[in-house]
Amino acid sequence: MTEPNRRGLLTGMALTTAGLTALAGVATPAFAKKAKSNPAQDANLLNAAIALEHEGIGAYTIALGSGLIPPAAVGLVTSFQGHHKQHRDELAAAIRRLGATPAESKTIEQYAVDLNAGAITGLADIQRLALRLERGAANAYLGLIGPIANSDLHLMLARFAADEATHATVFILDLKEMIPTQAPLYG
Amino acid sequence: MVRLLSPLHHVVVAALLLAACYAQPAHAQPAPAASPKAAGDPVRGEKLYEARCGGCHSLDANRIGPKHRGVVGRPAASIPDFMYSSALKKSKLVWTPANLDRWLMGPSRFVPGTRMAAFVSVPADRTDIIAYLASTTPPPPKK
Repeated sequence: MTEPNRRGLLTGMALTTAGLTALAGVATPAFAKKAKSNPAQDANLLNAAIALEHEGIGAYTIALGSGLIPPAAVGLVTSFQGHHKQHRDELAAAIRRLGATPAESKTIEQYAVDLNAGAITGLADIQRLALRLERGAANAYLGLIGPIANSDLHLMLARFAADEATHATVFILDLKEMIPTQAPLYG
Repeated sequence: MVRLLSPLHHVVVAALLLAACYAQPAHAQPAPAASPKAAGDPVRGEKLYEARCGGCHSLDANRIGPKHRGVVGRPAASIPDFMYSSALKKSKLVWTPANLDRWLMGPSRFVPGTRMAAFVSVPADRTDIIAYLASTTPPPPKK
């Protein structure tokens, strides 16, 4: 997310998006086991996911308002936030199709308290927070695939997990953390 | 990081391949052990907690999931200002290390109806996370 790296990061993202979509599609049949229909529980689980997306959107709002993001990286950060907004909207639509009501967002002020935003003093703090949230989101989406009974939703969840893993990888590289040698990296 | 840019997309593709290929559903895991190892590594557990649980949980704030400080030994669904699923409220569980191990292996299998979906498939990772949680000091009682 540092200024000189932005072009390269964006290039890398563009190169990988198509591959990710294909990967998510390839992975789907393994999860597509028949399960007893339970729309109410599926909606409960998706509402936990939408809460996670609300928090991610809030975290990026806090980051963008902090003045700590280098100007050249604002576009990338905004695009990440945009992905979370798209996830939120897709989740909300799915929850409504299941006959339930999507969970609402907390206030930005509450997210600032929950995420201890007052302790953020520099760009690295923002990167570490973003990595924690993105990595956690990838794990959460992978965890949802088994319990969600409606297999029509599995591809969406796998795609979202891939999106979050992409975001997390950018922050791993920005923070110069090592990619773990032990697989699986998620789940 | 400039030097990383050339292989960056390869790294990202590799990471995502792994994310897609290792997306194991909780029900695909082996049967739960009776209890985790008696002695986990709380230092490694703290790092794992940050990486695996930190997306939804914090020690001292209710977020997607409830705050965790002092969770080991606590009755399930007992944080007063967190909205739990009815399934967890009815569970009558106490978060012993053994119950936490089964929970982390597959929350939906252990307590059907829970809203928690994330799981930890590696037994040693669960043991270390639980050791870390056991090392966190419960908050002092309010006066």
